[in-house]
Amino acid sequence: MPVALLVPAGLGLIFLVLPLAGLLAHTPWATLPQRLAAPGVLTALRLSLLTATVATLVCVVLGVPLAWLLARVEFPGRRLVRALVTVPLVLPPVVGGVALLLVFGRRGLLGGWLDATFGITLPFTTAGVVLAEAFVAMPFLVIAVEGALRGADTRYEEAAATLGAGRWTAFTHVTLPLVAPGVAAGAVLCWARALGEFGATITFAGNFPGRTQTMPLAVYLALETDLEAAIVLSLVLLTVSVAILAGLRDKWTAGP
Amino acid sequence: MTAPGNPHPLLDAHLVADRGGFHLDVALRVRAGEVVALLGPNGAGKTTALRALAGLHPLAAGHLILAGADLDRPDRRVWTPPERRPIGVVFQDYLLFPHLSARDNVAFGPRRRGADRRAARAVADAWLARVGLAGYARSRPRQLSGGQAQRVALARALAVDPTLLLLDEPLAALDARTRLDTRAELHRHLAAHPGATVLVTHDPLDALVLADRLVIVEGGRVVQTGDAATVTARPRTDYVARLVGLNLHRGHAAGHRVRVGGLTLTAADSVTGEAFVAFPPAAVALHPARPDGSPRNIWLATVAGVQRHGDNLRVQLDGPLPVAADVTPAAAAQLRLVPGRAVWAAVKAAETRAYPVGAPTARDGDPAAPGAAGSP
Repeated sequence: MPVALLVPAGLGLIFLVLPLAGLLAHTPWATLPQRLAAPGVLTALRLSLLTATVATLVCVVLGVPLAWLLARVEFPGRRLVRALVTVPLVLPPVVGGVALLLVFGRRGLLGGWLDATFGITLPFTTAGVVLAEAFVAMPFLVIAVEGALRGADTRYEEAAATLGAGRWTAFTHVTLPLVAPGVAAGAVLCWARALGEFGATITFAGNFPGRTQTMPLAVYLALETDLEAAIVLSLVLLTVSVAILAGLRDKWTAGP
Repeated sequence: MTAPGNPHPLLDAHLVADRGGFHLDVALRVRAGEVVALLGPNGAGKTTALRALAGLHPLAAGHLILAGADLDRPDRRVWTPPERRPIGVVFQDYLLFPHLSARDNVAFGPRRRGADRRAARAVADAWLARVGLAGYARSRPRQLSGGQAQRVALARALAVDPTLLLLDEPLAALDARTRLDTRAELHRHLAAHPGATVLVTHDPLDALVLADRLVIVEGGRVVQTGDAATVTARPRTDYVARLVGLNLHRGHAAGHRVRVGGLTLTAADSVTGEAFVAFPPAAVALHPARPDGSPRNIWLATVAGVQRHGDNLRVQLDGPLPVAADVTPAAAAQLRLVPGRAVWAAVKAAETRAYPVGAPTARDGDPAAPGAAGSP
């Protein structure tokens, strides 16, 4: 095995794992049970899992068709649209939150209308958390699914057409199953990103325990007063997300 | 096969299409129960023609009438999308849906055409049994061998009872041994298919075994049509001549004498005007000195190359008439056939066939022949 690959690979792994080790080293194991039982921990965890999952669903419902559009439909300005889709990746999340406020805030472009017409207010609500998370996480899904669609052989769709399938049926019965691994991978990335979301959430949705205070926000709040509490919260978030991701991964690799 | 009582072919198509600078212009008529092979070299436009028939490539002009219905007619703005055409396609690499079992692959068509799940599966099981794969209903495509996948693809295309069955190089993806068995079985299924069948292939053996009639396509045009016997006996282009292993030359005939490439050959047939001359490589005898004896065509040639050809050697000759000659290894050794060596070539007049360039190529009452042969 070439040393030129092994050495940087090992260094890369250490670089990624070392901060986790630091976290574990400073974990107050003795008081862990009491701290886990502290009020708010479970609430924040539940809110985080709920909002990340709903945000992922939103991203799948909107992102898969968007990926299809980018991968399969020739239209003027497609390159520009593709670049726009990745904007949330490079935008600082706090700026994303501000931008969301400018649109969905009470005096925003759409917010005022939503409020006046439907009585819907998004900022500083749980729905606002979902919105903020979906905004930053959607590019992960779109990029993964678009890549999968580009890699999928369009001739399968032609075969489906010769068997009597219209465009929509061909998409749902042939294309989507073919790119399912790509959609799943994109959804996982999307969920993980949503789970760790902080900047856009705190800007757009605020930091109200039980309503908009997700785990990353709780960690941030705890950091200001109690480092050990922050470490415990981080550990919980880490354990839960790694367990879920590892579980999903095993399920897929074992599947057909 | 021939249905003289029914003058209307099931498929009547004039396919005109453009594809990236390539121009296709092919007329095609196929009767019910008839199998027509589109035979031609790679890039001849065969696959484009097949895609145009299936509705995967729109016509630029011409027409496509199947069972009396206009499916594609640009000048009348008529176009039927592929999913509404009564056409089944067997693709070159089968394109079985990898996420579906063999049964669900075959049931896919009937399901889309309105059958409920149970009825569609019953149709699929019946077809799988017909192609000898009853035990493989639950298999995924990747668990099937090449020959099995080919049969599932055939069952899938036939399960919708297509009026027109299209096959794109149906045996090209198989190894030689599987191909032999599959070809025989495919022939059985095609013979049983009541609709029209168009088969695209570059393999002359597939075309000769499977098809009732050949349509030879080169450079997007039909260059020759006819049944196997006509096409193999009287090739009209170098491509067909190579396929069937004949030396082919074009010249000017007056009676039994044909002037070609600076020589005057004596032929078995009497023709007047522009004519083709054809003779098999095995009919060309090579001699170290000028041989005697009449009715022979004799000329001095130069050996350009020697290759193995079955049990014999095939000698490429340069000279007034570039031809191939088949000789035994013993004769080759005796003649010391090395490139550059001068030898006398001789062909008996009785083995030299001549036929007019302009005459119709098909003699089987072929409805596609007039205008389709690209005759000058």
